[in-house]
Amino acid sequence: MSSKHGYSGYVANLLERLGAGVGDEVLVEKNGLQLRGFVMARYEFGEPGVLVLKLDNGYNVGVKIDPSTKVSKLSSAAVPAFKPPPPPQPSQNLPKVAIVNTGGTIASRIDYRTGGVKPALSASDLVSIVPEIAEIANVSAEILMQVVSENMTPKHWTTIAQRVNTLFNEGFDGIVITHGTDTMGYTAAALSFALQNPPVPVVLVGAQRSSDRPSSDAAKNLIAAVETAAKAPFAEVVVCMHGWHSDEEIFIHRGTRVVKFHTSSRGAFQSINATPIAVHTQRGIEIIDDRHHSRGWDSYRYHPNFDDRAMLVKFTPGMHPQTLEILAEKMNLRGLILEGTGLGHVASSFIPVLKRLTDSGMFVGMTSQCRFGRVNMNVYENGRDLLRAGVTPLDNMLAETALVKLMWVLGFLGEKAQLDEVRNLMARNLCGEIGGRTRPQPTFHGDELHGL
Amino acid sequence: MNCMDYEKIGLKVGVEVHRQLDTRRKLFCDCPTEAEENGKTLKIVRYLREAQSELGTVDPAAVFESKKRKKIIYHVNPANVCLVEMDEEPPHELNPEAIETALTIALLFNSKPVDEIHVMRKIVIDGSNTSGFQRTCIVAFGGGITVDGKFIPIQTITVEEDAARILSTGKGVVEYDLSRLGIPLIEISTAPVIRSPAEATKVAHAIGKILRASRKVKRGLGTVRQDLNVSITGGALTEIKGVQELELISAVVENEVKRQLHLIEIAAELRRRLAGERLPPFSVVDVTEVFRGTRSGLVKKKLEAGGKAYAVKLVKFAGLLSRETAKGIRLGAELAGHAKAWAEVDGILHTDELPGYGVSAEEVEEVKRLVGAGEMDAVVIVVDDEPKALEALRAVYDRACQAVEGVPSETRAARPDGLTVYMRPRPGAARMYPETDIPPVPVGEDLLGRLRENLPETLDQTAERLAKTYGISKQLVEGLIDHEKDELFEQIVKSTKISPSVVAAALTETITNLGREGFPVQNLTDEKISETFRALDVGKFSKEALSDVLGWLCNHPESSVEEAVKNLGLSTVSLKELELEIEEMVKSRTSEIEDTRLPNRLMGELMKKYRGKVDGAVLYSMITERIQKIKKTV
Repeated sequence: MSSKHGYSGYVANLLERLGAGVGDEVLVEKNGLQLRGFVMARYEFGEPGVLVLKLDNGYNVGVKIDPSTKVSKLSSAAVPAFKPPPPPQPSQNLPKVAIVNTGGTIASRIDYRTGGVKPALSASDLVSIVPEIAEIANVSAEILMQVVSENMTPKHWTTIAQRVNTLFNEGFDGIVITHGTDTMGYTAAALSFALQNPPVPVVLVGAQRSSDRPSSDAAKNLIAAVETAAKAPFAEVVVCMHGWHSDEEIFIHRGTRVVKFHTSSRGAFQSINATPIAVHTQRGIEIIDDRHHSRGWDSYRYHPNFDDRAMLVKFTPGMHPQTLEILAEKMNLRGLILEGTGLGHVASSFIPVLKRLTDSGMFVGMTSQCRFGRVNMNVYENGRDLLRAGVTPLDNMLAETALVKLMWVLGFLGEKAQLDEVRNLMARNLCGEIGGRTRPQPTFHGDELHGL
Repeated sequence: MNCMDYEKIGLKVGVEVHRQLDTRRKLFCDCPTEAEENGKTLKIVRYLREAQSELGTVDPAAVFESKKRKKIIYHVNPANVCLVEMDEEPPHELNPEAIETALTIALLFNSKPVDEIHVMRKIVIDGSNTSGFQRTCIVAFGGGITVDGKFIPIQTITVEEDAARILSTGKGVVEYDLSRLGIPLIEISTAPVIRSPAEATKVAHAIGKILRASRKVKRGLGTVRQDLNVSITGGALTEIKGVQELELISAVVENEVKRQLHLIEIAAELRRRLAGERLPPFSVVDVTEVFRGTRSGLVKKKLEAGGKAYAVKLVKFAGLLSRETAKGIRLGAELAGHAKAWAEVDGILHTDELPGYGVSAEEVEEVKRLVGAGEMDAVVIVVDDEPKALEALRAVYDRACQAVEGVPSETRAARPDGLTVYMRPRPGAARMYPETDIPPVPVGEDLLGRLRENLPETLDQTAERLAKTYGISKQLVEGLIDHEKDELFEQIVKSTKISPSVVAAALTETITNLGREGFPVQNLTDEKISETFRALDVGKFSKEALSDVLGWLCNHPESSVEEAVKNLGLSTVSLKELELEIEEMVKSRTSEIEDTRLPNRLMGELMKKYRGKVDGAVLYSMITERIQKIKKTV
């Protein structure tokens, strides 16, 4: 069945016969009711046989069309020609910040005629929508890729890392990467390992509310991200997103310690087993964690390759131990991160399987599905058995970060890597992803949530 | 002016009646619709940004609000607000109960439901909606009602989410409570066919009656709001928002007609004076120095706070700013309205009113000299922080330019005195786009068929039925319906043994009288009234004290009926004790036992003592019974 703008069957044929498309004005006469309006695109899951019209009062309505309905075309759509205003004169005194777009829309315009949302694609358009950033930095913008968050792969991480490395060499004072939020934490971890001790800040930013709405968190996050890229004393890979429901505090999280913690809330991103590096308020950037890497090229290490033959498996009660063997074999895995229970456990039935896997040279690392706290496999017998079976405890590293790190370690060491080398690198702190003191638990009730 | 010829003036009024639906849940989430605003609240801070359109233009109303870009503080009561109202979670599907109620109402108006409901986002960035838009959808077109023999067509019936309630507004900050946000609101819009202020009231009243017939609309203060679209020949379409009381509608329309007529007259006069000349371009003069030693407390205070005085000359406007053909309607007030709305200044000073407010004649002359104002020119002065003063004068100047043309089309807010104040420019068409988070809702014939079969009775039918079932007068029934107490009436009558006419009279006349005497009768909730009748039913007090009890409860909304009875000293006597007392009395007057006036005499004495504590009818029958008994023994 052919489908145009979501229309199919009778309505699609009718529109074709009339030569009418989206945006064209039509008159629909039905049961003595006359409706004049513009043809709108059809919602993808809508029932067939319905024409969507935008009336002159701005409302859309769906009209059932059958052979007794009279439809006539009144006029063709006038295509809006938007010319973004000229960009403000770049101020040479301001820091240079590159904005790299990887997907999602950090800034957009609404086409009220069709309801469409058009992303801002150039620096000048971006600046015309969020003019504040031009006062902070001399920005340039580019589209590296248009990939929605869930479609990101380790290959994309490499592409992004390569581009950012080039931009480092071009002398930018900071890099902002706009990214869909779902897997932004993974990309942040990946860039942390690929661009260790970067010369300037690399700031990932996204929005939990789409940029076409007046309440979007996009502009506020973007402004904070540009300011961080331009001015922050630390040079690390960070995620810059709202800290809570309010627009007042934007948290700047270390890329290896941050996860998306809520499906829809603005304050979805939180640092786990660590504090954010800094917080951005109206007063500017306030440092929370003094132990950060400062700007400069001295210790910069660039290794953009990842080996995707690694997986993260969450252990659940009743899970069959063979699962791991099947995965290892079918997916040709070189390594495995387990998200175990509590202090780092899996059912004792897994122990022989895990022993076989590590004996064959595969890396198996243990993290905890508790998220908060660290694994300790010396406390219970099960843990000690797992250690004897060759499982490597990964302290307080986030499971997601552990997986990304493993992919990077495997890519970095190459095919000939020895298991011990992998173990050593995995357990060693490379960019703040592992270790440190465990702080008191954050609170999860009432107003105190604000202090999270 | 009172008997204006509205036909000749070309008055056209369209009425929009907004009313909250009494659904269990809000329109796009599972929060309850009882907007209780007590309890512990969180506060969150937000800012809204104008959404830019593809055409590079933004809605004029949105520009207006965004120029102010206020800090918005939302009060969140988790008892009736969830992440959806906080704009932290996508909206859930359209509440089917709200849609069915709206469709039922559409059928009562004979309107044609749409085949598919599409939810739209209407940009509103004053902060009253956390998302920056109000979700709204058309559910039906057409239909209408007949009022005094005239057919009033309905244009659209829409369902939308109610906005957050404003708590306070200050310089740069506005606070809202989110409890009300998301309550379903139905909007009935008539065609602009209404031709007089009185007719507008009648139409709104008639629409209200049909809405109430659905039995699914909320009642009470803040649940109903009327907007009026008013225009006259040679004038402009004015959108007047937020008329809360039906009684105010005709006054608002009348004042709007007077306002437009006044502005048309002013425009004609200005054009005559200007004789084809245009107003010179906007330019302001700093007149701060003139007021260095001013005696005007008003000006002095502002200057001491670091403000500056700026003035703009309005060529040929002398005398026109304070000309007042109807009370409260002056061009000066219009200019001040714009200055306040656009720049949030406290007000303006203009030469038509000066010297005055402590500003001396010398100061006025000096200002006039500095701006180069002649005899026929007016000067407007604003004293405030420099950017605000400049913005205010810009707004004044722009409004003055419009005054030469005639009546500007704008959105105004109704005041309780029936006058209106400038709110913002009228929104354009570029403010609606689809709410893509909510799939369209098909309106099937099967659903409509079911709703048609179960249409509720109209209020006329209700009136007839109540009169017949409970044997109460037509007047009382109409009172019940007008006071929106018919449902409560039935509920009380069904659950107690109290006479229907006593209940009806209490719900209408008694409460109205209390209101007239100044009791805050809005504190009498349905629940409180029911509780009062239950107490009456079990003899906690007598019906003579009903008015006192209700009055006391108005003043003590947190207290129980028990407490009312106790505090009013109404606790009833025990019937046993009363029996004994009556027996003593009758026995002591056996000589009069044959006298037919004895019961009345005893009644008079006892009522002095027991008024409010015992029902008169009960007392009377106790007396006559006792007399009969004693007669037999004598």
